[in-house]
Amino acid sequence: MSEEITLMRAPTRLAYTVWAGEVTDTFLRALQDRRIVGRRCPGCQAVFVPPRGSCPTCAEAPGAEVEVAQVGTVTAFSVIRIPFEGQVLDPPYACAHVQLDGADTPLLHIIGQVDVDDVQVGMRVEAVWAEVIEPTLASIRYFKPVGTQ
Amino acid sequence: MAKERFVAPFVLEYSYKRSLGPVLSRFMTGLQACRIEGSRTVDGRVLVPPSEYDPETGEDTGELVEVGPKGTVQAWTWVAEPRPDHPLQQPFAMALILLDGADTALTHAVDALESDMTTGLRVKPRWRAERVGHIRDIEAFEPAS
Repeated sequence: MSEEITLMRAPTRLAYTVWAGEVTDTFLRALQDRRIVGRRCPGCQAVFVPPRGSCPTCAEAPGAEVEVAQVGTVTAFSVIRIPFEGQVLDPPYACAHVQLDGADTPLLHIIGQVDVDDVQVGMRVEAVWAEVIEPTLASIRYFKPVGTQ
Repeated sequence: MAKERFVAPFVLEYSYKRSLGPVLSRFMTGLQACRIEGSRTVDGRVLVPPSEYDPETGEDTGELVEVGPKGTVQAWTWVAEPRPDHPLQQPFAMALILLDGADTALTHAVDALESDMTTGLRVKPRWRAERVGHIRDIEAFEPAS
């Protein structure tokens, strides 16, 4: 007699092919040159980083490309302490909203080179580029506290 | 200047495991032993796959009874271009199969020629050699001689 079966794997899986589109395309191409760019809304003048296809407030299509600083401020963060399937980094690590100087919206990224318990809102951080630069956000390895060696 | 378009694969997956409960647990355990079971309702009908309750009355179902293994195709649709997650990778029929002794039909694949598919077709399960206690322990149904 075989053992009773009490569990069943029931994964939900959707495999997409995503086309970056014109706006994200310019953002990704700039990363290849180690530049971070956003787009300015012609209505409210807000600079979106990463850029998006329309302004959620004005519904305007994005205007001019704007290069922003590689230094910014942590506006929110969360420390991930539990493992989960498909996780890329080893916990604990800090995920944060980083609002780069010159941008009006935060970029979601990882905070590195600092103990997760020392991450704070208001902390000034700067981009650390990966060794291999590709047109993906992973080209920025993480953000580290300004001045950290 | 024409630029290369950025395209990337993106997979959204939730790797759920669900607990089966007493009735489906018994059903899946039976499949591993090449046995298909249904649950008997208060008024004597047999539901396949089994359910913990009668969907028509909401009452609990009773004992589990073995059905099939042969059955009759009640309805079918032809899958000409199977997708990666389909049970068979060659064209097949997805069918409602009323197993002998059952009062409700089981959905499963029928591995047959399209020209042989018809409602009323008699079919039997083709079991996998390696069974794990899952509906796919039946690789497909095939025409019964």
